[in-house]
Amino acid sequence: MRVIKASVDHCASRRRGIDRQWGFPPAVALFAAALAAFCLIETAAANPLNTSNGYNLPIGVTALSQSMYALHMEVFWICVGIAVVVFGVMIYSLVKFRRSVGAIPDTTMVHSTKVEIVWTIVPVIILVVMAVPAADLILKQEDTRNSELSIRVTGYQWKWQYQYMDAADGIDFFSTLKQDSNFARQLGSGTDPKTIPNYLLDVDKPLVIPSGTKVRLLLTSMDVIHAWWVPDFGAKRSAVPGFVNELWFKVDAGKEGIYRGQCAALCGRDHGFMPVVVDVRTPDAFKKWVEEQKAAAKQASSPAAAGSPAAGSPAAGSPVTGSPAAAGSPALASPAAAGSPALASPAAARSPAVGSPAAATASGTPPPSAQVLR
Amino acid sequence: MAQDHAVDSAHHDDHDHGPARGIGRWLFATNHKDIGTMYLVFSLIMFFIGGAMAMVIRAELFKPGLQLVQPEFFNQMTTMHALVMIFGAVMPSFVGLANWMIPLQVGAPDMALPRMNNFSFWILPFAFTILLSSLFVPGGAPAGGWTMYPPLFLQGGNYVAMAIFAVHLMGASSIMGSINVIVTIMNMRAPGMNLLKMPLFCWSWLITAYLLIAVMPVLAGAVTMLLTDHYFGTSFFNAAGGGDPVMFEHVFWFFGHPEVYIMILPAFGIISEILPTFARKPLFGATSMIYAIASIAFLSFIVWGHHMFVDGMPLAAQVFFMMSTMLIAVPTGVKVFNWTATLWRGSLSFEPPMLFALSFLFLFTIGGFSGVMLAIVPVDFQYNQTYFVVAHFHYVLVPGAVFAIMAAVYYWLPKWTGNMYSMGLAKAHFWLSTIFVNVLFFPQHFLGLAGMPRRIPDYAVQFSDWNMVSSIGAFGFGLSQILFAVVIIQCVRGGKKASAEVWDGATPTGLEWTLPSPAPYHSFTIAPEVK
Repeated sequence: MRVIKASVDHCASRRRGIDRQWGFPPAVALFAAALAAFCLIETAAANPLNTSNGYNLPIGVTALSQSMYALHMEVFWICVGIAVVVFGVMIYSLVKFRRSVGAIPDTTMVHSTKVEIVWTIVPVIILVVMAVPAADLILKQEDTRNSELSIRVTGYQWKWQYQYMDAADGIDFFSTLKQDSNFARQLGSGTDPKTIPNYLLDVDKPLVIPSGTKVRLLLTSMDVIHAWWVPDFGAKRSAVPGFVNELWFKVDAGKEGIYRGQCAALCGRDHGFMPVVVDVRTPDAFKKWVEEQKAAAKQASSPAAAGSPAAGSPAAGSPVTGSPAAAGSPALASPAAAGSPALASPAAARSPAVGSPAAATASGTPPPSAQVLR
Repeated sequence: MAQDHAVDSAHHDDHDHGPARGIGRWLFATNHKDIGTMYLVFSLIMFFIGGAMAMVIRAELFKPGLQLVQPEFFNQMTTMHALVMIFGAVMPSFVGLANWMIPLQVGAPDMALPRMNNFSFWILPFAFTILLSSLFVPGGAPAGGWTMYPPLFLQGGNYVAMAIFAVHLMGASSIMGSINVIVTIMNMRAPGMNLLKMPLFCWSWLITAYLLIAVMPVLAGAVTMLLTDHYFGTSFFNAAGGGDPVMFEHVFWFFGHPEVYIMILPAFGIISEILPTFARKPLFGATSMIYAIASIAFLSFIVWGHHMFVDGMPLAAQVFFMMSTMLIAVPTGVKVFNWTATLWRGSLSFEPPMLFALSFLFLFTIGGFSGVMLAIVPVDFQYNQTYFVVAHFHYVLVPGAVFAIMAAVYYWLPKWTGNMYSMGLAKAHFWLSTIFVNVLFFPQHFLGLAGMPRRIPDYAVQFSDWNMVSSIGAFGFGLSQILFAVVIIQCVRGGKKASAEVWDGATPTGLEWTLPSPAPYHSFTIAPEVK
C-alpha cells in the first residue's frame, strides 16, 4: 500500500507536466523486479512434484515428455526470437520517434504491398517449421499399439481406481489423498502445509508400474470429467464418463522412483485433492509386487481368512476380489500396508467392511464406509 | 446510479431536444448516448464485482492451505468471476462503446433501432441479478466452471436454472445489440462514407456483430439442452442415457472460440483508432487491417477443437485444429506489424489513451505468443488445464481487451463529458495497472509450466512463492482500478473544458471530432458530407 500511495503522490505532483511524457513511478517497478528476483532464487530450491526447475516444463523421464520439452523449447525460442525483433522495433520507435525529441511524422507512409506480403508469408513459413515436428510427435503420442501392460483408470469424485490387465490381471485398488494432507488441508486445521511431506501430492496407495515397459492407460470416469496427469511422463488425458480414452508412456529404465501429478479437470469440490502418484519399479520388482498383490488378494478373499459367510459369495471370491470393499478396509488403506504381504492380515480381512454391505457394492462405487474410514 | 446526476448536468440543456427529466430518462432511454452511458456504468460495476471475486480467489491462493473459504465456494468464485467478467464487464462495455461511438463515427443522429436498444440494455441488470442472486440460494452459485461442462454442472441445485436463464437473457441482449450495430452501420452512414472509408472501430464492431449473431444462439441451444437434461430427463449429455458429454464441449466451444474474438476484435478497432492519433500519422495498411479482422473472424469458427485436445479427439482432428489455430497467428501478426509500422517514423506523444494502447500492443503480443505455444498439440497436453492457460487468456483479456476499453474511455471521455480528466491520475492508473498486471499474470506462466493445475483452491508447497507474487500483483491491480473510477467520476463532474478536437496537438481523424465536446444530445441531425 505504501508503495502505491507513494507513486500516486508522485504522479499527482506532476499533474501539470504533460510534457514530462512518462510519469514513471520507479518505486513500483523496482519493487516488482526485486520480488521476481527473490522468487526465481527461492523457487529453484526444492520441487518434489516433478523434475521441473520451478518455472519451466519438466524434462521428464519418458521419451514422450522429453520430446515435448524439446518441442516446447523450440517453439519458445522461436517466439523469443520474434519478440526480440518485434519488440525491438516497437521500443526503437518509442525512443526515436517521440514528439518531445522533435520527430516529424511521415504521413505518406500508409501502405506497402511488398512489405505486407513479406510479413504474411514469413510467419506462415515459421508456423510450418513448428507444425511439422509437432504433427510428427502427435503420431507418436497416439500410437498405443504393442503396449506391454494395460491399466484401466477410472476417475471418481475424488479418487482414482486402478484396475490392472494383462500379466497383472486382477489387481484392483483405489488411490486417495493421504490422510495427513487431508487433515492439514481442511479450513482452519491449524497445520502448516509446509510440515506435511508432499503436501497434497501423496496417496494412500500409488499406481505401481514397471520401468522400460510400454504402459497403456484406458481412462474413463464414473461421474464427472476428470483428467489424469503426470507431468514427468508427459501424460495427460481426460477421463470422460461413457468414453474410454487411451494414453501411453514408457518410463526410461534407470528412472525408477515416485512420480506425482494431479487431477487436471475441474471435477467439483475436491478437485484440488485427488493427486496421482506413480511408483515406478524395475520389471523384476514389479513382478514381485504383482505376485504379492495376487497372493494377498487370494488370502483376503478365501473363506477361511475372511471368516464371514458373505465373503464366500461370488462377488468377493471373483478374481477382482470384490475390490472396492477390500480397498475400503483400513488395513489396505494404510500406507504401511501398500505393497507388503502384511496387508491381508486376518484381522483386516475379518473386518466388517469386507464381508458386509460393502462387498455387495462391487459394482464400482466405493462403499460409503471407505470414505469415512479415510 | 450516483453518476446519473453528474451525466445529466454534463449534457446541459443547450440543445433543442434535451434529455427527459428524472429517472424516466434512463428507464425509457432511446438516446444512443444515454444507453451507451448505462452500458458503460453497468460494465464498470460488474468489473468491480468480478474483480472482488478475483480478490477472493487470489487471497485464498496467497499461501498454501485453506485459510479463507471452503473449496466449494472457491469454485463458485472462479466460475462467477469468469461469467461476470465476460458477459457482464467486457461484452457490455464494448456494446456501450459501440452505442456511443458508432453513430458519431458514421455520421448518424442515433442508433437505427432505439427502442430495441433500450430493451437490449435493460435485460442485462435482470440477467445479472438472477445470476448473482444464485450466490444466496441453497447450494450456492454455479461452481462447475464458466464452461458449464456436464456432468459436473448438472450436479448443481437451484443455480442450474438460474444460470441458464441468465445466459439466455444475456444472449438475447447481445443479439439485439448486434442487430442494432449492423443495421446502423449498413443504413445510416453519412453520404460519401463507403465501407472502406469507415473507421476501423466500426469495422471491427460490424464483424463482431456478425460473430455474435452466429454464435449466441449456439450457446443458447447448448444450455437449453443442459436445462432439459437436468429438469426433464433428457440425455443429451448423459452417458448413462446414451448421451455424450464431449458433444457439449464441441457445441460450447463452437460458441466459445468466436466468443474469444468477440472480446478482442472491438479492442483491435480501438487500438487502430488511438495509435494513429498519437503517432500523428495514418494507420499503416488500413485495408489489410480490415481483411485481417475478417480472416480472424472466419478462422474463429474452425478452431474450437483446440480447447479439448486432451478430452479425446481423432488424430486427423488434432492435426486439423492445430493447423487452423496456428493460422490465426498470421492475420494477428499482420495487425501487430501494421500497428508497429504506424508508430514507425511517427511523432509520438504519450497521453493516457496512447499509454494504454502501447501497453496493449506489447502485452497482447505476449498473450499471442503463449497462444501459439498452446496451439502446438503435443505440448498442449502439458499446458492444458494449467496456470499457463490462465496466464495466456488473462494476458489477452486483461492487458488485451480491458486495457483497450480503458484506452477507449480515456480517448473519448472528454468528447462524452466535455471535460478533460486528470492526466496525472490517469497516468498513475496506467503505470500501476501495467506493472501490477504483469506481477499478477506473468508468474502464472511459471506456475503452469511447473505443473500447477488451474481451478484449485489449494496447492503443493513448491508453488508458494509464485502464487504469493501473483496475489500481491492482484491486490495491487485491484486497488489501482479504484483510481480509474475516481478519474471518471471527477471528469464527469467537471474539469478543464475540452475542445472539439480534444487532442489538439494530435491529429484525431473521424467525424466524432467534428462535433463539439460534449457531443450534442442528438449527434448528427444533418448528415455530414464525407469526401
